[in-house]
Amino acid sequence: MNDGKALPEDLNSFPKLVERNARLFASRPAYREKEFGIWQSWTWGEARDAIEAIARGFISMGLAKGDHIAIVGRNRPYFYWSMLAAQYAGAIPVPVYQDSVADEMAYVLDHCGARFAVVQDQEQVDKLNEVADRLTSLERIVYIDPRGLRRYDHGNLISLADIRQTGEERRAETEGELKARIDSAQHDDTCIILYTSGTTGRPKGVVLTNANVLITAKNSCGFDALTEKEDVLAYLPMAWVGDYVFSMAQACWAGFCVNCPESAETMQTDLKEIGPTYFFAPPRFFEGLLTSIMIRMEDASPFKRRLFQKYIEHAKRVGPALLDGKEVSASDRLTYKIGQALVYGPLLNATGLSRVRVGYTAGEAIGPEIFEFYRSLGINLKQLYGQTEGTIYITQQPDGEVSADTVGVPSPDVEVRIGETGEVFYRSPGTFREYYKNPESTAETKDAEGWVATGDAGFFEPDSGHLRIIDRAKDVGKLTDGAMFAPKYVENKLKFYPNILEAVAFGHERDYCTAFINIDLTAVGNWAERNNIAYASYQELAGHPRVYATIQEHVEEANRSIAQDALLSHCQIRRFLVLHKELDADDGELTRTRKVRRRIIAEKYEPLMTALYDGSDSVYIETEVTYEDGRKGAIKATLEIRDAAVVTPDAQKVAAE
Amino acid sequence: MSAVTAEPYTTADGRKIGGVVMEMRHITLRFGGVTAIKDISFDIREGEVRAIIGPNGAGKSSMLNVINGFYHPQEGEVWFRGEKRGPMKPYQIARQGIARTFQNIALFKGMSTLDNIMTGRLIHMNTGMISQAIWKGKAEAEEIENRERVEKIIDFLEIQNIRKAPVGSLPYGLQKRVELGRALASDPELLLLDEPMAGMNVEEKEDMSRFILDVNDEFGTTIALIEHDMGVVMDISDRVVVMDYGAKIGDGTPDEVRQNQKVIDAYLGVSHD
Repeated sequence: MNDGKALPEDLNSFPKLVERNARLFASRPAYREKEFGIWQSWTWGEARDAIEAIARGFISMGLAKGDHIAIVGRNRPYFYWSMLAAQYAGAIPVPVYQDSVADEMAYVLDHCGARFAVVQDQEQVDKLNEVADRLTSLERIVYIDPRGLRRYDHGNLISLADIRQTGEERRAETEGELKARIDSAQHDDTCIILYTSGTTGRPKGVVLTNANVLITAKNSCGFDALTEKEDVLAYLPMAWVGDYVFSMAQACWAGFCVNCPESAETMQTDLKEIGPTYFFAPPRFFEGLLTSIMIRMEDASPFKRRLFQKYIEHAKRVGPALLDGKEVSASDRLTYKIGQALVYGPLLNATGLSRVRVGYTAGEAIGPEIFEFYRSLGINLKQLYGQTEGTIYITQQPDGEVSADTVGVPSPDVEVRIGETGEVFYRSPGTFREYYKNPESTAETKDAEGWVATGDAGFFEPDSGHLRIIDRAKDVGKLTDGAMFAPKYVENKLKFYPNILEAVAFGHERDYCTAFINIDLTAVGNWAERNNIAYASYQELAGHPRVYATIQEHVEEANRSIAQDALLSHCQIRRFLVLHKELDADDGELTRTRKVRRRIIAEKYEPLMTALYDGSDSVYIETEVTYEDGRKGAIKATLEIRDAAVVTPDAQKVAAE
Repeated sequence: MSAVTAEPYTTADGRKIGGVVMEMRHITLRFGGVTAIKDISFDIREGEVRAIIGPNGAGKSSMLNVINGFYHPQEGEVWFRGEKRGPMKPYQIARQGIARTFQNIALFKGMSTLDNIMTGRLIHMNTGMISQAIWKGKAEAEEIENRERVEKIIDFLEIQNIRKAPVGSLPYGLQKRVELGRALASDPELLLLDEPMAGMNVEEKEDMSRFILDVNDEFGTTIALIEHDMGVVMDISDRVVVMDYGAKIGDGTPDEVRQNQKVIDAYLGVSHD
């Protein structure tokens, strides 16, 4: 697939792009990071010098072409530079989720056979030392923050600053070698290996070539007209393909600036200070932000609240039309302008989104109200659909053709077809080469002609020609009466309520649909505070009768909405319960990208499942939880199970279940 | 002159413990008819983590207040850096390089984390009130310099996200951390911590233990702490003084103290049959 679309010789690898940027944009900012309360910035020239020095240091340490370097850390310039330096030296970076537990990390490092690992701090060094016996190929651990590490045995430990220093000192000896390695890069060389978190089984290493990544970057920069003037906030996990594409590939291709937050917790503040022009966030970010806006508005003075309501109503009516360039009456335009001055402008400014020119959300379905809310304020928020195997882009929404329930048209140069079973297949310049050391899985996913199975079921909407995704193909099941069951569809309906953080729907090979529900502690906690409801723990709040009553209303409202969809009306929820603990990736209940692992949850909470289907009113459960330090504890609870009213689709009347 | 009797040595994890920096000699402290501390002597060595433990009402906090110069013992002598200490005001003690935190958090609730920690820098600021108000030249340079130091502490304690938050609105565990930050801001040689982990959950305790060890390790600060949680104390201290009813009943390494029959009796009670 890639052969016909070769890259120009001088732009076929990251090092060459960085060199070009250092020439073209020498004095433009390339990286910023807030540290010690101040935004520090590096121009492309400075970044190039730092990267080259690190690369020379790597070469002096014996890094060979084709070696693998694991990168374990949060978004910081040093990690992006380490990745680029690895590529300068002809090696292949393998970013790893920094919140993985030692065992997961050991698997990835061992599987890719990393010789070096670049890590953030003592915590990660300890984690690697813990599993050192399984990491036979790991020779050196490179750390960035020396705190607490001074007295560690430095036999295999070295700081990145020292490597850079070595690189500066050995400039003369390594200059030729470095240049040779940069020049020898080919467009079909492996660029990076990204391990997918995987909802089932061990993670798989997706091998992407220079052509995969850079042609995708070129196409996607063209699609949204991204230039060197953009600012992005790099806050998503570095091991995720999205961050690699947005903060590395597109940043290097277009030459724009990557801004790194001070810490994971300060992201909101940093967002406000940077005001990115190009912004990506998963739906849960927009949900969370909307929830917090609404909570704060409820606490605002009556005057402000009325002002907010009046103009938000107006924005909902005309905002999206204005954004899409449709016809809007002069008086509506004027009211919108006033709203902009009084409400939308200040609101966007307070959230840090006022400069966003292109915004994307993906990964999960986004609630239509949430999506419309941001668009009505004038943010060009769009959806895209993709996966690691395709260097993220499969479909995306062009400006002016945006809707909440579709994911857009195929991205440039991407071919999409729907299989007989309804599964979505694609073929693109970004299509991965293989799963690392896993030919069976490669063959299962990608056929000889280069078509990749996404594992998602979907269809093209006849009117708009946009793709609509229903669910994971393998998750689409059947109720015992043969009706189609799409769990994600049901879960999304529920999750659109701010009070519901997470929902897990069951129904495959069962008589009817049921759900586990997780309350959103922020929203429900605030509600409890305003209603003088005292609670001592998450568990107590989750089990509160009034919380249950509210959730029941939501479930029943969701049922009414599900009933509208002829194909899926059988997926209404008959029985549900509110879980006593928040689903957590550390307990294996969510993936690291926070997707629910339905099967694992069903097994783990087997007594709850039984109770949902045997008609009992309450059930006792003991759950093992893993604390952040790896220790285990148990939570005991008696949970109530409620029946929810369902709607008969034809008669539209409430059946007393 | 205080006799520096003990030889410097290196701990198992490689930290250097120096000579005696502070010595308490036969301290007795009375409040009217109540004797809070009875004839206690012990020393604190440079670079070590020294714990004072004991049941409720044993006189631990009083002891810390004596070290801090807030209480003046009726009998006994306090030696610091080879000099016998006369009556001193607390701020004079702070100038000597002793900082502390309090059992019941004593922060400025309405001020931000940043401003609270900045107050810890006050003893290093020399410009007067008027030039600070005009904020030109020297005062400005001084603030920038001190702010840098404070930002390093904020980074160290990982509290960047609450930099601008009023401390009154923060959870207890974080307030404790801010208080530690303020104590650190004065660049102390000796840091006194009064129940740094009281009222914390397991995770917060672990974080705090890590910070205490890191402070000791990174800045070489000598630390004396009072703590209730025996597990924590035994894990992080080099030496432990045990008090009961105002008297010293044990002194030594955590292992020695753990074996000490008097300590076991004080903590578990003695059977009377």
